[in-house]
Amino acid sequence: MRSLLLLWLLVLLVVPLTAHAQPSADDEAAIELLEALDVDSFPAKGEAIDAIVASDDERARGWLQALLDGRLQRADDGRFVIVLDNSGRDWPVEDALSGEDLGEMSRRDLDRIGINNALRNQLRSVIAVVDLYSPNVDQRRTSAERLLGEVDEDLAGPIEALIEEEEDARVRQRLTLALAIHRLEQGDIQAVEHLDGSLHSSARIALNRATSSDDEALAQAATAALANIEQNLRLNRAAETLYFGLSMGSVLVLAAIGLAITFGVMGVINMAHGELIMLGAYTTWMMQQLLPGQPGLALILAIPAGFMVAALAGIAIERSVIQFLKGRPLETLLATFGVSLILQQLVRTGISPLNRTVVTPEWMSGSVAINDALSLTLNRMYVLGFALVVFAALMLVMRRTRLGLEVRAVTQNRAMARSMGIRATRVDILTFGLGSGVAGLAGVALSQLTNVGPNLGQNYIIDSFMVVVFGGVGNLWGTLVAGLSLGVINQVLEPWAGAVLAKIIVLVFIILFIQKRPRGLFPQKGRAAEG
Amino acid sequence: MWLTQPFNERSTQLFIGVLLAAMTLVTLLHVVVPAGHPLHVNAYTVNLFGKYLSYALLAVAVDLVWGYLGILSLGHGAFFAIGGYAMGMYLMRQIGDRGTYGDPVLPDFMVFLSWESLPWYWLGFDMAWFGFLMVLLAPGALALVFGFLAFRSRVTGVYLSIITQALTFALMLAFYRNEMGFGGSDGLTDFRDILGFNLRSNETRLGLFLASGVALGASYLLCRAIVGSKLGRVCVATRDAEARTRFLGYRVERFQLFVFVVSAMLAGLAGALYVPQVGIINPSEFSPLFSIEIVLWVALGGRATLYGAVIGAILVNYAKTVFTGVMPDAWLFALGGMFVLVTVFLPKGVAGLLAYRFKRRRDESDAAPGQEVTP
Repeated sequence: MRSLLLLWLLVLLVVPLTAHAQPSADDEAAIELLEALDVDSFPAKGEAIDAIVASDDERARGWLQALLDGRLQRADDGRFVIVLDNSGRDWPVEDALSGEDLGEMSRRDLDRIGINNALRNQLRSVIAVVDLYSPNVDQRRTSAERLLGEVDEDLAGPIEALIEEEEDARVRQRLTLALAIHRLEQGDIQAVEHLDGSLHSSARIALNRATSSDDEALAQAATAALANIEQNLRLNRAAETLYFGLSMGSVLVLAAIGLAITFGVMGVINMAHGELIMLGAYTTWMMQQLLPGQPGLALILAIPAGFMVAALAGIAIERSVIQFLKGRPLETLLATFGVSLILQQLVRTGISPLNRTVVTPEWMSGSVAINDALSLTLNRMYVLGFALVVFAALMLVMRRTRLGLEVRAVTQNRAMARSMGIRATRVDILTFGLGSGVAGLAGVALSQLTNVGPNLGQNYIIDSFMVVVFGGVGNLWGTLVAGLSLGVINQVLEPWAGAVLAKIIVLVFIILFIQKRPRGLFPQKGRAAEG
Repeated sequence: MWLTQPFNERSTQLFIGVLLAAMTLVTLLHVVVPAGHPLHVNAYTVNLFGKYLSYALLAVAVDLVWGYLGILSLGHGAFFAIGGYAMGMYLMRQIGDRGTYGDPVLPDFMVFLSWESLPWYWLGFDMAWFGFLMVLLAPGALALVFGFLAFRSRVTGVYLSIITQALTFALMLAFYRNEMGFGGSDGLTDFRDILGFNLRSNETRLGLFLASGVALGASYLLCRAIVGSKLGRVCVATRDAEARTRFLGYRVERFQLFVFVVSAMLAGLAGALYVPQVGIINPSEFSPLFSIEIVLWVALGGRATLYGAVIGAILVNYAKTVFTGVMPDAWLFALGGMFVLVTVFLPKGVAGLLAYRFKRRRDESDAAPGQEVTP
């Protein structure tokens, strides 16, 4: 058994060595290709470049790029090398064939393969296309992307051929677009049709240029196509505004939904609600400190942890302060405001007055491109989804569980609920813990969107109260609608008013709205509305 | 005459007496006692006392609406700041061509933003009477509009608190904008003189201190007169049972509006006295934290007593001066702790504690020996 293992190890060791020592047939062909470059005649070099492109060798792109940059060189011993960095005295190089690191070589031992301007142009267009032959779809996509607006007479032919063969729809669409732009520049009126409806900026640039063309028919067609595109773009921009608005609204909903329970349902004014959000955000940061290198796992674990931390803090506030101020809402407001100051300062002296960075895990960063003009950032999408999930869960708890029933019973008629055997104090604690825990969840989500600092909560407390009051106190649906619509209104106003003025307008709007309908968008009716 | 009515009350006599005595004492210690003497009060301290007095006036304004009308305004800092800005605009125009850019009309920050001419709302502030009038009218007008809308639609209690807070928050954001024409985040500063007196001279500082004292005394009398009048009775009735008062036939919203506007004007006056003494006014005075801090002064001192508000304002601000000097980090802990302790353990504030003490002593002397005294 042991000897078998040793043998196996030996094989493992030897196989790569032998593979290395004897150049394969592939490598021999490659050396031939490169040898053809090292000639004095420039036209001959041009043919050699074409041969390399036609060779299908995976390394071709690297060689051509290196040749273009003057980094493809020949060492004294005849090997072809690629210089990685030619800024210093001794240059780090690697073998052009195997990619093996050869350490540093003196510039005197190296001989550059020279090119002229004609070759440089040839190389540039060839490099643009060479990736299009690559078996890797991503490489083909980026390459096709780069071609937009860069197609010239030489490339048009091969691209046309490529479109026929291409399997990936996206690459094909890009190539068609690139070709159409080229055709348009040639004055081909048919090309306008292809470009019509494309949202890519290079298509718009080409069409714009075409509008001032001497050919009147072409200019007219281009103008019409542009108008079409503009219309389409406006739609997309509206969609983007809506998305950002909903995203901002979802943050507001998250921040306010916990308040909708403690303030709306229980009638307790908790000015420290913002600080509970802050605690949730700091829990996320703490989890990431505890689990270095695994931001995603830390974030997922932070969801229950943030809930628990905020819930326990909330319960502590309820037991130590709020329960003594029952029925005195204004005093509760002041006392909890004091708690919020203490919590803020606690974080400031305990952790740091500076902002902490919470890492966004890889699966949450980046964006989803819907089309050329519209791409949606992933982290905002996750937060939007999270907000909806939290909302749905809360609705379930309030509507379908025993706790929800008891909460509603206690808030509607405390004395009656107690005489029916409901332990009101326990319900108080649980409800307040629930509302506070949701604030913690909001903090976990917020840590992905904004800076985590001691003032995080303060920035949201006024907005949160506005959302709850606007939506109608005691109504979770109202909070959802109010939060989302305020977010959208804010985003719609922003482009022409600026961020600050938009916020002011929204605040003034709510202040006036409350004057008109003091009980919010969806006022409670019936018995719950009294008192 | 209803304005002299308050002098019949013992608390008012006591308050005015203490205020006058304190003002005289500070003036004497500042002017007569030579510098270097341990009892000498220097110009800095006089200035500090002046600041406390303007805060006390602000606290009285808040107590008038919170204590007697039951309206917890979390936006009185806004009225204070607007009064301060009105005063600041007058002081800005007094700088004239002595600013850094030497423009005879435009304040420095407008030259800096390369504005061509004064915005319309800056016109008239070169005249002292206009500026001083605006100190009262501008906050009054805002309170009138806001109060009219709010009270007409019967927004009360916590809702009113929250929207007053939103009001001051919105104003803060607005005043931070350079385009508003109030100096943006830097605010208005670099004042030179007021009514021709140099703001940096010791005599002017003493004068401003005395002016703050007089304003506080006069406002106190005015508030006492309002509270003691029939109108004040209706206010207290509104505070305790709004619906019932309305059913008795009183137009509750009118009383609320009147008192709210008076209170806003007093807050504006406090701001106007505050600004020349600290030499700057900027949007941070609009911050919700400041407004809610004022409420704490009143709560700590004792709600619905007026003199309690004065005590609270001076106590808290004295503590703030001490704390921020010795342990700046601990101030928010102390402030937060005060909010909690006062609301939970001292619902009637220091004034309530004092009254309880006095009452108990009187009770003890009245009570027969051996008898239990129930608090």
